[in-house]
Amino acid sequence: MKIYVRDGVIVSKGSEDRVIDTEGLVALPGLVDLHTHLREPGREDAETVLTGSRAAALGGYTAVCAMANTSPVADTAGVVEQVYRLGQEAGLVDVQPIGAVTVGLKGEHLAELGAMADSAARVRIFSDDGHCVHDPRLMRRALEYVKAFDGVIAQHAEEPRLTDGAQMHEGEVSDRLGLTGWPAVAEESIIARDVLLAAHVGARLHVCHVSTEGSVEIIRQAKAHGIRVTAEVTPHHLLLTHDLASSYDPVYKVNPPLRTSRDVEALREGLRDGTIDIVATDHAPHAVEDKECEWAYARPGMLGLETALSIVLDVFGEDWELITDRMSVRPAQIAGLAQHGRQLKKGEPANFTLIDPTARWTVEPQGLASLSHNTPYAGMKLPGRVVHTYLRGVPTVRDGRVEK
Amino acid sequence: MRHLLSAGDLDAAQATEILDIAANLAAVSGREIKKLPTLRGRTVVNLFYEDSTRTRISFEAAAKRLSADVINFSAKGSSVAKGESLKDTAWTLQAMGADAVVIRHPASGAPHRLAHWVDGSVLNAGDGTHEHPTQALLDAYTIRQRMGKIDGLRVSIVGDVLHSRVARSNVLLLQTLGAKVTLVGPPTLVPPSLGETNYDLDDVLPESDVVMMLRVQRERMNDSYFPSAREYSRRYGLDGARLRRMPEHAIVMHPGPMNRGMEITPEVADSPRSTIVEQVTNGVSVRMACLYLLLGGKL
Repeated sequence: MKIYVRDGVIVSKGSEDRVIDTEGLVALPGLVDLHTHLREPGREDAETVLTGSRAAALGGYTAVCAMANTSPVADTAGVVEQVYRLGQEAGLVDVQPIGAVTVGLKGEHLAELGAMADSAARVRIFSDDGHCVHDPRLMRRALEYVKAFDGVIAQHAEEPRLTDGAQMHEGEVSDRLGLTGWPAVAEESIIARDVLLAAHVGARLHVCHVSTEGSVEIIRQAKAHGIRVTAEVTPHHLLLTHDLASSYDPVYKVNPPLRTSRDVEALREGLRDGTIDIVATDHAPHAVEDKECEWAYARPGMLGLETALSIVLDVFGEDWELITDRMSVRPAQIAGLAQHGRQLKKGEPANFTLIDPTARWTVEPQGLASLSHNTPYAGMKLPGRVVHTYLRGVPTVRDGRVEK
Repeated sequence: MRHLLSAGDLDAAQATEILDIAANLAAVSGREIKKLPTLRGRTVVNLFYEDSTRTRISFEAAAKRLSADVINFSAKGSSVAKGESLKDTAWTLQAMGADAVVIRHPASGAPHRLAHWVDGSVLNAGDGTHEHPTQALLDAYTIRQRMGKIDGLRVSIVGDVLHSRVARSNVLLLQTLGAKVTLVGPPTLVPPSLGETNYDLDDVLPESDVVMMLRVQRERMNDSYFPSAREYSRRYGLDGARLRRMPEHAIVMHPGPMNRGMEITPEVADSPRSTIVEQVTNGVSVRMACLYLLLGGKL
């Protein structure tokens, strides 16, 4: 099997300027991550747009959506354009900035959503991720307002009054460890409210990092009622459980927290049946000092870009149709990225990744391209390896090595 | 065993050995010269990130009675107050050649982290709302001293179990030693996953051989765990009338410091059924036993 490319587009044999041999490899449209923390501007010691782009390309991604919780916050046209431009300069993946919903992520006043939408970054997804837009009136207005430019609010569903000081999933493990619990109902109550708000104003809602069985059920019902809601699940919530906190190693601290095996099962089922639309990494790099400390003082978050595909392969096996849909086609649709998540056929943009499904590799934190090392999969042997990734016909990863 | 991080690390034989050694060492405390040469030349660091005079001096007395060199490292006024991380502090202690680090810390699990970063033994002297294993050991010691045994006894732990490191360690240790433990308090403060629960104090008192009262912070009512201090004492405080409903042989324990008038009345605290002063005395012997076993490498 060969793919013929010319001027960044897939062409028929004979008119190409580049031939890519896919012998023994699985070709997928480039993966699209709807939830990436690139940390630039502000925490360039943890990750930059360039290093995050490298990690993304190595993970098989051709597009990532950069979350707004940078410093300064991406709540103005200026900041989203800066991130957009940095992404173009890096040139390894398309970096699509996400704009903040509220000024400074403070949950008080709407940011200039229209200005961000009209900017060069053409922002369509807005999120206060890391914080919940918890004021119901503000959430309603945000959902309503972005209809003008077909925007979507990506909600970090966490009722803050129920998670004050929360450190991990509330359950028998948190009881035993003496760590303040983050109850499932804090997520579920916000999702239930938000799907009703979205229905009321006829808007689109996207739910970030769904983590509980109850959330899956609420979204399933909302979809059955025709409410325009989409949802994502992270690789770590598909695999890991709260028992890992027993080590008190903050590499397992993440928000929302790792939950029970029952939740993991429900999330897998939700992704299989389409209740959950996509896998998104919530790639969250953190500097060493923010993780090598007491659990309560550590920042929540885990790396994800370079391991996501392997984790999904590990959980679901070689279900390439599922992987293509949930990791490329659907996220591109939700984000409105027309050049991504397309079929690999003549006339389509040459954004794709080639995977060796038989390869197995061991995760070494120091071996990852990300500037940070906070992977929860250290030492794990995982299936599937990205061999080549192409962005508009140009290799960003060749033989497992990033091009710049 | 190198560290003592959780009461759950001990099996019944190990716990009993600690109590037996503590009983032998208690004799030293009764002598005019209260000192043994056992740990001469060894360095014990008391690393206290929380103010806790009683626990710190108990560990200090224990180490000194075994002739160890004691360094008190208080977080206040030290490099810690200037923002030094636990890991950097660990390396400092390591460089000073600490054979054991006794750590009290407001964050649950801090001793577990510290144990990764030092070669010496780590003793958990209370971490956040997690555990306080030497408190459980001294409570077990006190129960055994008063009641002659632990196996088969009915122990009720009453109060703010949710935020209590004393309760967590006691549940683990007393169950290991064969006691039947019931957790008592308002449902907001008693996580059912920790053990058998009962929300009615009057229900459990006649069935208790040991009643262990926990300190309840008044500030908890600001978080709506209970409506008021008065209502709390009425429902879960131990007063004279309730004391008289307990079996005659039953004892009352409290890890201190007490909120007199909140969870316990002065009449109960100062009664002969109360073991509160003995608990403090026994704390030194039990901590001597822990240091002896951890640094002697025999446990």
